[in-house]
Amino acid sequence: MIFHPAIMALLVGSLLVTLMLLYSSYYGVQVIRKWDIKSGSELQLCLERRTYLVSIIMSYMLFFQLASFYLFIFTADAIHATFVSAMCAAGSLNVNEYGYPAVIIKMVNFLFAGTWLIINYADNRAYDYPLIKKKYLLLLVITPLMVAEFIVQGAYFIGLKANVITSCCGSLFSTDAEGIASEIAALPRLPMKIAFYLSTALTLASGMYFCLRSDWSGYVFSFLSIATFVVSVAAMISFISLYFYELPTHHCPFCILQKDYGFIGYLLYIALFGGAVSGLGTGALMPFRKIQSLSQIVPSIQRRLAFTALILYFLFTVVVTYRMIFSDFILEGY
Amino acid sequence: MSRFNKQRNILDFTLSSLLRRRTKNSALVIVYTLIVFSLASVLFFTQAIKKEACIVLQNSPEIIVQRIVAGRHDLLPADYIDTIRAIRGVQSAKGRLWGYYFEPAAGANYTLMVSEEPGVEVGRIVIGQGVSRTIHANRADIVPFRRYDGSYTSFEVSDILSSESELVSSDLVLISESDFREMMGIRGEYVTDAAVYAKNKRELFMIADKIKRILPDTRPITKDEILRTYEAIFDWRGGILLVILSGAVIAFVILAWDKASGLSSDERREIGILKGIGWETSDVIAMKFWEGAVISLSSFSLGIILAYIHVFFASSALFEPALKGWSVLYPEFRLVPHMDPLQIATLFFLTVVPYTVSTIVPSWRAATIDPDTVMRL
Amino acid sequence: MIELSDIRKVFNSGKPNEFVAIDGITLSVERDKVLVLKGPSGSGKTTLLSVIGCMARPTSGRITLSGKEITSLPERFLTEIRRKSFGFVFQQFNLIKGITAMENVILPAYPTGEGFSVLKKRALSLLELFDLSERAFSKVEWLSGGEAQRVSIARALVNDPSVIIADEPTAHLDTKLSKDFMEIIGKLKVRRKTIIIASHDPIVYESAAVDRVLEMRDGRILSRATRQ
Repeated sequence: MIFHPAIMALLVGSLLVTLMLLYSSYYGVQVIRKWDIKSGSELQLCLERRTYLVSIIMSYMLFFQLASFYLFIFTADAIHATFVSAMCAAGSLNVNEYGYPAVIIKMVNFLFAGTWLIINYADNRAYDYPLIKKKYLLLLVITPLMVAEFIVQGAYFIGLKANVITSCCGSLFSTDAEGIASEIAALPRLPMKIAFYLSTALTLASGMYFCLRSDWSGYVFSFLSIATFVVSVAAMISFISLYFYELPTHHCPFCILQKDYGFIGYLLYIALFGGAVSGLGTGALMPFRKIQSLSQIVPSIQRRLAFTALILYFLFTVVVTYRMIFSDFILEGY
Repeated sequence: MSRFNKQRNILDFTLSSLLRRRTKNSALVIVYTLIVFSLASVLFFTQAIKKEACIVLQNSPEIIVQRIVAGRHDLLPADYIDTIRAIRGVQSAKGRLWGYYFEPAAGANYTLMVSEEPGVEVGRIVIGQGVSRTIHANRADIVPFRRYDGSYTSFEVSDILSSESELVSSDLVLISESDFREMMGIRGEYVTDAAVYAKNKRELFMIADKIKRILPDTRPITKDEILRTYEAIFDWRGGILLVILSGAVIAFVILAWDKASGLSSDERREIGILKGIGWETSDVIAMKFWEGAVISLSSFSLGIILAYIHVFFASSALFEPALKGWSVLYPEFRLVPHMDPLQIATLFFLTVVPYTVSTIVPSWRAATIDPDTVMRL
Repeated sequence: MIELSDIRKVFNSGKPNEFVAIDGITLSVERDKVLVLKGPSGSGKTTLLSVIGCMARPTSGRITLSGKEITSLPERFLTEIRRKSFGFVFQQFNLIKGITAMENVILPAYPTGEGFSVLKKRALSLLELFDLSERAFSKVEWLSGGEAQRVSIARALVNDPSVIIADEPTAHLDTKLSKDFMEIIGKLKVRRKTIIIASHDPIVYESAAVDRVLEMRDGRILSRATRQ
């Protein structure tokens, strides 16, 4: 364990949020078992009041997830000097087997929290709260994931020992090393570029179609936007990072968050995460379009979400493409 | 637009009610600010001092070779250096001469060092700012030194080092080789340690390993190792201090919880009226959110500004003894101002997040007062 | 306009201190009329007012407002209906101290999201209607009882509701101010507001402006007296 202040901050924050979620889950179970909107009983009135509390907790959690994702990456970067030959966050995360799982579970939890809030937003607009039990079931899925995040992140930090020899991002993401991350880097660049632009184009097209028609194409759009999210992250490691670093072997997806690159990484990742949440939310609402009290509400929310996702993905693509065209760095030369 | 207006209206009302309850809220803001201030001071200080240490190391050799005799650091025979130079991959190896000198009058330790760049003439010395201040020595002054055998000698100050980074050079005295040997009684075939540079930085670890094998009584230390140790030590010190301060944070959180849940009858009445005349639970929650945001934002920024002044302009008067702790010489040193997003984010997670979490349940409870209580007031 | 059928409201249900505040009331409130609920304290008047005014949900029974069933609406939606349809005048006036009369008047409109300047204009014209123009920017603690009462009526009207609900409005007023209050009620009736008052003050229930008086006791309605 390394006693870095930021590590303590992350652990404290994660513990607090996990406890709040466990607390909400307790009421979640009550809502699932006892909810009866028709009743005016004191129990029902009490449960209705609890739903406000859970909404607040989830909103804070979403914000926390986003902030803690960045703080986590930042911390991993800050402690790299403690490890032999770790040159940035990618190296620190590789010190033990919990580093990358922690990153992934943080992303997953962010997407889930976002989706929950979208469903909650829709539900709170319908006078009979038609989605209440579904959303509290989802809460019961999110809570264990948050507990898992707390444990995995804790295991990662506790398992850190200074001076352990690790691979730096130069070798971790260089094409001859093994492991998942390097496999992505090894993905041939040209097909990767084609995959990136193709999936983005399809997502944008299906999104526009959905915005106009508002029909079952929402499922297609939602699926494509998640696929684009995954492909974009892979593309980030495979070739996008190279254009930003202007180095032929530096594939690290985190260094781009540093000041040296004008913090452009924040814009890119916020666009990517925002796009993914909006896209996922559009799909998550699809099954509820037929519910009578939601039929007026859901399509307009979906259209706004799809539109947001389109803008964000488009922004991401524009920034990346701009960089690829105007960078002095010529990838094909290597 | 109307949603924006609504939030603005609610924020307006929140600000006016915060001002109406000035005394109650200012107590909270003061404690909050104090907590942020303490934590921020610790973070800023450890970070800045780490940065200073890194500056020292910038000029440090890639590998330092020391001789170990009976488990202790000893003088290094000069012929070891030839052996090291012969190792493949070594670009250069040089003997270094340096040591400490205790000045009883000032009660301080100087670092005496033989410097080649810039060279110092025999009979002269170049001194750091700290030394200059302690003994009131300026250029062309004559400074006496005690030899190893108890007799005295003196040197003329030829220059004073610039103060770019005081922590590094403050206690430094640069001296010529023959004066150093004569003063310390070190014979010509010995040096303090050796500085080794490699042709290829990637081979550093290998070279260090080879030195260790060829000269088993030496200890090669790479620059990276020192850096890592510094990092670990400073992070650790900062961390330990935060653990100590966490007691204060917990006390603060309890205070915040108490303040938030112990609504005065006045406030209870007010929220009751608001709900009675048509405010919805989430409107009151929004009001409570703005209240927390205003309090957090002002205390957080105020605490950080104060800590910044404390650490970088007031020489961290409150923490110096606890954190610096390896020398007593630096009476007036100033750290180079530095602040980064990681520190701010860390502080945010250690103060604003616990505060916010501690107020969630109380503010929700306040917001869910029955609207019809207003009828029974 | 408001139909109540078999409304019950029980507090602490299932516990030893269970208390039935309203016990099966069926009632229909007519549009643009003045209705007075009369009865001793503890008879359930206030609880009935809060159920009619969407402040509290009944334990059982059904309520419809302008033909729309609102019984099982969650608080979130009930509040919106309440804000649009009802204005409240309370026994203690319940103005918020430390802010001006004008700010008090616009408070119910904050969550509607209208711009501050629009609201201010509306509040000032309401205050003018009640001869309070000069007091608009005084803090409410400097107002006399009658002025405070009129500010609270202005506040009840700021969202232009169709129904005004008043709970013991004259309890803290002397005879003259109580008569003035009933005069205002008469004017509001002319402006096509439906008015429901709970009171045991004869000045109120004997006033000429009142169309109908219901007497309550132990959570039930005893008599029905309608006057023209």
